[in-house]
Amino acid sequence: MSATTEVLPPGPGFGEPDAEDLRQAEFPPVMPVAISTLVLIVAGGIVVAAQYGRPPKLTVPVVLLGLAALLLIVNAILVARIKEFARPVFHRVLGWALLAYVVIAGILEFVFVFDHTPGRELSLFTGMLVLFALDVPLMLAFSVARWQPPGAT
Amino acid sequence: MTDIAIDPAPGAGAPGADPAATPPPGGPGQGPPPVPNFNIVPVRALPIVAALLVALIVAIASNNLWALEFFHVFGGGLWTSLDLFLGLVLGPIIGSLSIPARVEFTTRFMPKMLLIMPTLVAMTLGAGFQLARHLGNLEAAYPHHAWVVTSYVIVGVMAVIALGLLEPANLAVLFELKKPHPNGARIQRLMKVFIYTAGITGIMQILTIFIMTFLASH
Repeated sequence: MSATTEVLPPGPGFGEPDAEDLRQAEFPPVMPVAISTLVLIVAGGIVVAAQYGRPPKLTVPVVLLGLAALLLIVNAILVARIKEFARPVFHRVLGWALLAYVVIAGILEFVFVFDHTPGRELSLFTGMLVLFALDVPLMLAFSVARWQPPGAT
Repeated sequence: MTDIAIDPAPGAGAPGADPAATPPPGGPGQGPPPVPNFNIVPVRALPIVAALLVALIVAIASNNLWALEFFHVFGGGLWTSLDLFLGLVLGPIIGSLSIPARVEFTTRFMPKMLLIMPTLVAMTLGAGFQLARHLGNLEAAYPHHAWVVTSYVIVGVMAVIALGLLEPANLAVLFELKKPHPNGARIQRLMKVFIYTAGITGIMQILTIFIMTFLASH
């Protein structure tokens, strides 16, 4: 048992806008693009799951998966092009979140493989899980790093 | 567990000091309130999470209907209760607390939520999907298939809200509180997002329970 106390030194007013607030307008729309990617992944999953037990029509989910992949690539480029950004914090959160979501996606993949999901649907689900395991960590990492000063580690 | 003690604000409680003359820390024009030292991820709870996930995998791999039902009902019940309690009961209480009290509560509460919610969601959905497959509820030929697909849509919307708004807000609050000078207005904004989205997903959970109880009784 240890008692820890951290009293902060006097700083600017607790609720006043700071430099990070002022920088928000400079950021590209990473969060809306990431949420759109997630919506496409979820929609694709619902379309495939809704056809369970009959020969599935995969055109719509394949298109949704392709669009989601495209948006994720666009988002990665958007993040890479940000100049003033707390990149060390972004990479730290991205790494740990990636680990957590790879485990979650791995459990779901295990369920699909265990259930003998047919090859085409399994490929589609695997693609969706890969995008899911990349998109969510990107959202989490960006949503933290956007509020940190560029030099923060 | 780590005991967290917070020093009184400078001047507060000093002999002869007039309490009314000492504005509370964190108030307008004041410096930031004391922030207890905390871990963003409660590392000591990770083995419990790992044990629950391993048990879930074993339940799926062993096709044990009782275990699947347990994980689905237990996880879903806790998920719903937590969301509703957070959004409708705890949220308004947090909003009425002083800023130092809110900071202390947040540093103790939010790290735990970072582990509890994803674990409950994984348990509920993983076991639920497998249970529905065993019971034949996933089949397109199932008489109430439209209800099942509606539940997919509701869960899908909840997943987008939780992963796109709730979790990022949770994490951003914790990192903000780790700063030497946390921004109170930002924490308040992010906490509002967290509490409101938890409330919304809680209400959507009621719809899911409505559908699930309908399916279980037909």
